[in-house]
Amino acid sequence: MGRLNINGEIVEVEFDDDTPLLWVLREQLGLTGTKFGCGVAQCGACTVHIDGQAIRSCVYPASAITEAEQITTIEGLSEAGDHPVQQAWEELDVPQCGYCQPGMIMAVAGMLNNNPEANDEDIDAEITNICRCGTFGRVRRGVHLAKTKMA
Amino acid sequence: MGKTLTLSRRGFLVATGATGLTLGVLGACSGPSDTEVDISNLPPNPEVNAWVHIARDDTVIVRIARSEMGQGTLTGLAQLVAEELGADWEKVTTEYPTPGENLARDRVWGDFLTGGSQGIRGSHQYVREGAAAARIMLVQAAAEEWGVPAGECTVNKGVISHAGSGNETSFGAVADAASELTPPTEVTLKDPSEWTIIGQPLPRLDTKDKVTGVQKYGADLQMEGMLNASIKAAPRRNATLASFDASAVSDMPGVVRVMAVGENAVAVVADTWWHANKALQALPIEWEGGDAFNSADFEAELVDGLTSDQAVTGYEVGDVDEAFSNADQIIEAVYNMPFQSHAPMEPMNATALYTSEKCEVWCPTQNGEAALAAAAQASGLPIQQCEVYKLLLGGGFGRRGMTDYVTQAVLIAKEMPGTPVKLLWSREEDQAQGFYHPTTKARVRGSLDSEGNLTGVNVRISGQSILAGIMPQAIVNGMDIATFQGLANPNNPRTADQSLKYTFPNFRADHAMRNPPVRPGFWRGVNANQNAIYLDCLMDELAEAAGRDPLEFRLAHMQDSPELAGVLQAVADTGGWGSDDGKHRGLCAFYSFGAYTAACAEVTVDDNGQLKIDRIVAATDPGYAVNPQQIEAQVEGSFVYGLSAMLYGNITFVEGEVQETNFDTYNVMRIYEMPEVETIIMPSGGFWGGVGEPTIAVAAPAVLNAIYAATGNRVRELPLNYRNLREA
Repeated sequence: MGRLNINGEIVEVEFDDDTPLLWVLREQLGLTGTKFGCGVAQCGACTVHIDGQAIRSCVYPASAITEAEQITTIEGLSEAGDHPVQQAWEELDVPQCGYCQPGMIMAVAGMLNNNPEANDEDIDAEITNICRCGTFGRVRRGVHLAKTKMA
Repeated sequence: MGKTLTLSRRGFLVATGATGLTLGVLGACSGPSDTEVDISNLPPNPEVNAWVHIARDDTVIVRIARSEMGQGTLTGLAQLVAEELGADWEKVTTEYPTPGENLARDRVWGDFLTGGSQGIRGSHQYVREGAAAARIMLVQAAAEEWGVPAGECTVNKGVISHAGSGNETSFGAVADAASELTPPTEVTLKDPSEWTIIGQPLPRLDTKDKVTGVQKYGADLQMEGMLNASIKAAPRRNATLASFDASAVSDMPGVVRVMAVGENAVAVVADTWWHANKALQALPIEWEGGDAFNSADFEAELVDGLTSDQAVTGYEVGDVDEAFSNADQIIEAVYNMPFQSHAPMEPMNATALYTSEKCEVWCPTQNGEAALAAAAQASGLPIQQCEVYKLLLGGGFGRRGMTDYVTQAVLIAKEMPGTPVKLLWSREEDQAQGFYHPTTKARVRGSLDSEGNLTGVNVRISGQSILAGIMPQAIVNGMDIATFQGLANPNNPRTADQSLKYTFPNFRADHAMRNPPVRPGFWRGVNANQNAIYLDCLMDELAEAAGRDPLEFRLAHMQDSPELAGVLQAVADTGGWGSDDGKHRGLCAFYSFGAYTAACAEVTVDDNGQLKIDRIVAATDPGYAVNPQQIEAQVEGSFVYGLSAMLYGNITFVEGEVQETNFDTYNVMRIYEMPEVETIIMPSGGFWGGVGEPTIAVAAPAVLNAIYAATGNRVRELPLNYRNLREA
């Protein structure tokens, strides 16, 4: 049992000590926008924010998170799905199959929280999410477009 | 864009299924629009025909038989229908008919199989004809209502007008009457010059939900009372389940059932997947038998096939042996392609609900009808009592054309009648239970005369046949025709869309089949991927041996294919081929899946022999370009798929077990490795070619040829895997 602050709401939810946040979100809270891809923090499909920082929720035990820490999922990134990164993604038609994109968007939004001026080198270093459809070109352009929207 | 269904009766059926499934494809009903009639209390319109259903609020619901898995076919097919219908694109939405409905209606939607880059090129004719027929019926209904000749009516963006009488109405207002009319027996399709929707770079219809997390994939399904299953199948092919100790895990949190699934797998069913999978990992399981296959040992068999007298000829021109015996120079090389895993981001999954009367399956599939057949077989129920609801795929790449995961889900659900069970594979299971891209080697040889003219080419392929592995009935006279993709006989209608477009005086492509005990599968791009490496890297080697420019040398053998020469010339021109800027470039051009593709790659190899792919210019001629911005996306994505294989892709087996069990050991390309890709779309018209796959073929060869330009080393052994490319 734990109390988690998710997308601005405190929820009480039962979980085992070792249950990763990913599965609490997906299976117990119905927040399925956060995806399961690998389970070993390789692919980033499960990326969410804790206090604005991108983390990979498939290996992050929910029990390690306190009520004071704010968890943000793709569902809570913006009220109307119009966070600058989401706007940029829609404008450039970034997703193909789209399965990795909530994680990709959360990773990018997290990077821009810390570094609104992120350049190509920053993108190369920080955005390590896997996309098998191959949207990387549009992801990169999307980051730069989102920056202009946030400026 | 009207992308949420409003009044679709059928959409409601699909979306709600049996047990309160929450799919999130239904939006709130929009209220009456600016039409005068209050439609809110009227019953929904019936469909006009199988392809087109128009709601009373003028929403045009286009039925899409093929599966959307990222390739954009949903939007492209909707464009084809909207074009011939004369619809307002802003009011177009889509839905999947179910395989069960297709069966019940004598396959009115044709083939559901989504593969071979066939989505548009394989169905454009009947899809457009269906839309044209619907338009004719809508116009006729309006004309009859007004008492005017149908031929005097015009259609523009979903509005039917009759200039003489000044009458005007919308599709939605006459759709009910139109549905009662006899369909026309003949329709005339628009000339491409009249297209206003086909050919436009329209935004995809499914983007918004994909950036907000609203889009539901199979793995996301939640149903009332649903349980979750994780499964482990025998790690070695042909092994069987000997025993398992359920008591060791039955007390673990959430565990409901531990069960054998068929002869070779065991599943844990629990309240959550996390619990199910955790218990499964702790479950003691004994396997029996199976093939203790070592891929390293298989090398010798592949090498043997390179020079074996026993080989099947796929396509032959002239007498290549004679050409070789008269040659001034013979260039010979051996290239390879390892096993590859599809590794779509969404692991395999299916949700099944079984009762003694009905079996329903919700799953991402590239082959809805095969999934339905699998559900019938596994459930033991007549196929008419089974149904499959297709969901958006989190990647397919060929893997989801198979139905093994559907069978498993049904077998599990059958043990728990009345309870929906979602089976989701772990990534490790996905890697271990693949239908892998086959492994082959090729011995390629080319001969030159004393003046540097190419006199003969032989591509000897040694290795695995996909058809022998999964469709043995398709092997004719020992030949797997799919092995020869891109090298095949242009005069055989079955292989014309995968035929050799180079003109060689003497040529032979032959195959010495060597089949390991590994399940092969169709992997995006299939055999064109390595055949392009085999042929086009040889062409590069031959050009060098002949002392000729690689571009000129290739073009000199494309005299019978202006389309292939066209894409090659385009990438050379735009890519800076021949400029003295000190950059290192490589070329490739290939024809497969009915489309012409080419690439010019620009690379840097540092002092430690490490590769950086700086830029790629790609060109494609798919005949008609239905949605250029989506073609561009497919071309860019093709480089990620093809270059991931070139850089890292290698599934290996030790004692029958896959060694690369997750992305930490099965590496794939990340954004830092992604070159800038510039795509030139040059549809020459008159044919319909594929888009999703053909560009993959040119990705690796162009880069390998550029590596040669940078280092003087021919890299013939894949994957590169951070090897020092400056060391031969």
